[in-house]
Amino acid sequence: MMKNIWKNSGLKGWLYLLPALLFLGIFMVYPLIDVFIYSFEEGYNSASQTYFGVGVYNYSYVLHDPYFLQAVKNTFLLVIITVPLSTGIALLISVGLNSIKPLRNLLQTVYFLPYVTNTLAVGLVFMILFKKTAYSDGFINLLINWFGGSSVDFIEGPYWAKMFVLCFYTIWVVMPFKILILTSALASVSQEYYNAAKVDGTSKLRTFMRITLPMISPMIFYLIITGFIGAFKAYSDVVALFGTNLNAAEMNTIVGYVYDMLYGDSGGYPSYAAAAAIILFAIVLTITCINLLISKKNVHY
Amino acid sequence: MEVVLQNLTKIFPSRDRKNREDVVAVSDFSFTIPDGELIGLLGPSGCGKSTTLNLISGLQKPTSGRIFFGEDDVTDLPPENRGVGLVFQNYALYPHLTVKQNILFPLQNLKGKDKLSKEEMGKKAYEAAKLVQIDELMDRKPGQLSGGQQQRVAIARALVKIPRVLLLDEPLSNLDARLRLQTREEIRRIQRETKITTIFVTHDQEEAMSISDRIVVMKDGVAHQIGKPQDVYDDPRNLFVAKFLGTPPINVFDGQVRDERLYIGEDAVLDMKGLSEREVYVGIRPEGFLLQENGPMCCKLSRVEVMGRDISVVAENKASLNPAIRAIIGTENNVNMQQGMVRFALVPRKVLLFDKETEERIKF
Amino acid sequence: MDPKIDFYKIEKEARMRKKVFGVITYVLLIFWAVIVLFPFYWMVLTSVKSYGAYNSEYIPKFFTLSPTLQNYADAFTTVPLGKYLANTLLFAVVTTAVMLAVIILAAFAFARLDFKGKNILFVIFLSLMMIPNELVIITNFVTVTNLDMRNSFEGLILPSVMSVFYVYLLKENFEQIPDSLYYAAKVDGTSDLKYLFKVMIPISKPTLITITILKVIECWNSYVWPRLITDDENYYLVSNGIQEIRENGFGRENIPAMMAAVVVISVPLIVLFLIFHKKVMEGVSRGGTKG
Repeated sequence: MMKNIWKNSGLKGWLYLLPALLFLGIFMVYPLIDVFIYSFEEGYNSASQTYFGVGVYNYSYVLHDPYFLQAVKNTFLLVIITVPLSTGIALLISVGLNSIKPLRNLLQTVYFLPYVTNTLAVGLVFMILFKKTAYSDGFINLLINWFGGSSVDFIEGPYWAKMFVLCFYTIWVVMPFKILILTSALASVSQEYYNAAKVDGTSKLRTFMRITLPMISPMIFYLIITGFIGAFKAYSDVVALFGTNLNAAEMNTIVGYVYDMLYGDSGGYPSYAAAAAIILFAIVLTITCINLLISKKNVHY
Repeated sequence: MEVVLQNLTKIFPSRDRKNREDVVAVSDFSFTIPDGELIGLLGPSGCGKSTTLNLISGLQKPTSGRIFFGEDDVTDLPPENRGVGLVFQNYALYPHLTVKQNILFPLQNLKGKDKLSKEEMGKKAYEAAKLVQIDELMDRKPGQLSGGQQQRVAIARALVKIPRVLLLDEPLSNLDARLRLQTREEIRRIQRETKITTIFVTHDQEEAMSISDRIVVMKDGVAHQIGKPQDVYDDPRNLFVAKFLGTPPINVFDGQVRDERLYIGEDAVLDMKGLSEREVYVGIRPEGFLLQENGPMCCKLSRVEVMGRDISVVAENKASLNPAIRAIIGTENNVNMQQGMVRFALVPRKVLLFDKETEERIKF
Repeated sequence: MDPKIDFYKIEKEARMRKKVFGVITYVLLIFWAVIVLFPFYWMVLTSVKSYGAYNSEYIPKFFTLSPTLQNYADAFTTVPLGKYLANTLLFAVVTTAVMLAVIILAAFAFARLDFKGKNILFVIFLSLMMIPNELVIITNFVTVTNLDMRNSFEGLILPSVMSVFYVYLLKENFEQIPDSLYYAAKVDGTSDLKYLFKVMIPISKPTLITITILKVIECWNSYVWPRLITDDENYYLVSNGIQEIRENGFGRENIPAMMAAVVVISVPLIVLFLIFHKKVMEGVSRGGTKG
């Protein structure tokens, strides 16, 4: 009798799902609604948990905040530089990797290493490689000097130098994932197509452009979309290179701005943080939609 | 274009670490394919027929031996310089290109003085498509075509450059039975019209026999017999070839030659003038049995299958190496099921003897 | 074809081209391997240089003849690196264990049980996959603060134990187990829970291992949430620890000690990866993204 009630109402299924739903409800669904509410509550005070009124002031404040604009500029630069570059280099490396036999597995494993390292920790290594101090110009400047250039402080120096390190490190961090996805995509293109092209006397370049590229285009677009999303959310690699006071370093990102508003020396403004987070979400969503539209036209499934 | 294979051998080094034996895919294969003929490379899977095709196309390099197209030694030439057209088992049509783009693809590769204008290319592609009767499907993608249509596109793509040699790798194996019949006629017709030397690989003996000018029966990398289909069928060189050709397959028995007679079990079935006493394998084609009231060969009758055009008599015999023997007889015969036994006379021309040791044919 | 074609020349050119391509490929690949490996080399190298030696090198040296382990000793004594490691280990193990329990039950419900609203619920689940962490972290920060769980393991762990993506991955895996096995077990009178533990979990072991490894990596590297929720050193994880070390730890100049700490933090994951590299890479290519 008991069993029947269980079966009919499907209570059992809900029971199994209960822990998952509980966690999702508290830490995902509720915050999702709440963040919108926060973003419209004007003058919220986290100590007294009171606010003056409802409106779009938070958005307007964030959009006029020079730190936010700097963060937006930095984030867009980072995205525009790293996404195409990393995807292109990853493609080049994957094609190379796919064409060799000896050392292939070893190299594949080596290339994947950055994926499993702590971004903060290795960021520190990059920092000392690029940093110029009173004691030493650092390794990278040594290389630059070899080629006849003069030393630059990449960590606390000019803006372009800091942006360069950031892009370089970001590419270094995202490459493993891209190489992995592209090598498996390339390996799944049937050898028969290549044989057919070979018998027809197709040049290597043409084979690549007309056969390989269209066939792996779904994966390339997947990487571009996830690459955009990931780069827009850049934060911990920036902290690793330039420390937590990103506004002072002129290297803050949108996500960094959100956290700074929330917590730390400049924190205590969850409403501004919420507004900035929603603006970020809107940007990412728009760009993802544009990406999907473009891919629909150009990708051959 | 005449194609000459000279002592062609291909050995694949063993990849298995425990068993270091190399795999000999093709062994000392020599054969001259006359200009304009359609040749069927026939054999069970793993017999080396596809490897032979790849050697001719240049996708693989032979371990030793030479390949000539006419006067030219092409052995070391990369595939693109050989002027071959190749049709793959799975067609290998580029899924993201339309039929027209697929056919144009090889033409667009031409460089230098061979380069064609857009109009010429279009014209050639259209001609090739017309030849295989797909000129109305030019703007479709391969995914929108049936298997048979895809096959035609693949052939058109292979033909559009007018290759010196056309190679087909199991061209029909992905088609259903009816399409297969239709398409093989189609291949025959196209080959007749273009007169391009064509080599195709198949494991289906019926397919090979029905359209080839000549067939090559291969096993374990060795070409066992080369000849016109009917000749190979009537006059197989050894037991393997005899068993491989013909449906239903040949019936094989243990037999002895003694007192100038051929015995199957205790039945003396044929006179054998001039053959010394020995143990033999006796192969009898299904059409070699004649139903006869007092025929010399006695078998236990299992059942009779009516096929429409003729009757198939299924019987058992102790000396038979197949679980059942199958005889094909005309519908004018009446088989009496009541007796449980059936007696056959044999057509000497359809009875083949093979040596017990070497399995080579013994002529009589 | 032109009968005057020089076959010998064509053949030679083809072979030449192949060789050149091969060499270029290897140069490119090895160049990238150097870029990947060099920071690791530099980190180990610097960590065994003595403080004095490092600071006297105006031009950095590419090797050292007098390696020292003093920096490692410093890393564990001057700053509570051992505490950071223990915290991270505890955080990673508990989070992963709780997550596994939660997602196994959820995936089982979606894959095997029938109940009203299952399909709609699953669609909602899937759509939650698209919600970025940045959007919900603000309220979570406030929630955890209000619950007085700042600087506690509960506060660190609880918001991290649910992953919609892994539920999805596991559900797909569970669904591949043929129905007949379930019916056979039902006929034998096996309860659902017993079936889950005796049949489904053992069969899905490869996927579960993959999920476990990926989650451990994620925990080991997590930075943002721990940073928001902890400001007491006793609850720092390695990422926050390293940031703390950088800003206040040895003083900015003791780079060799800092690198020793970086090595200690990086080694566990690299070892884990080298042991399970096939599983990790397979798991990641099935849909993991970093972070």
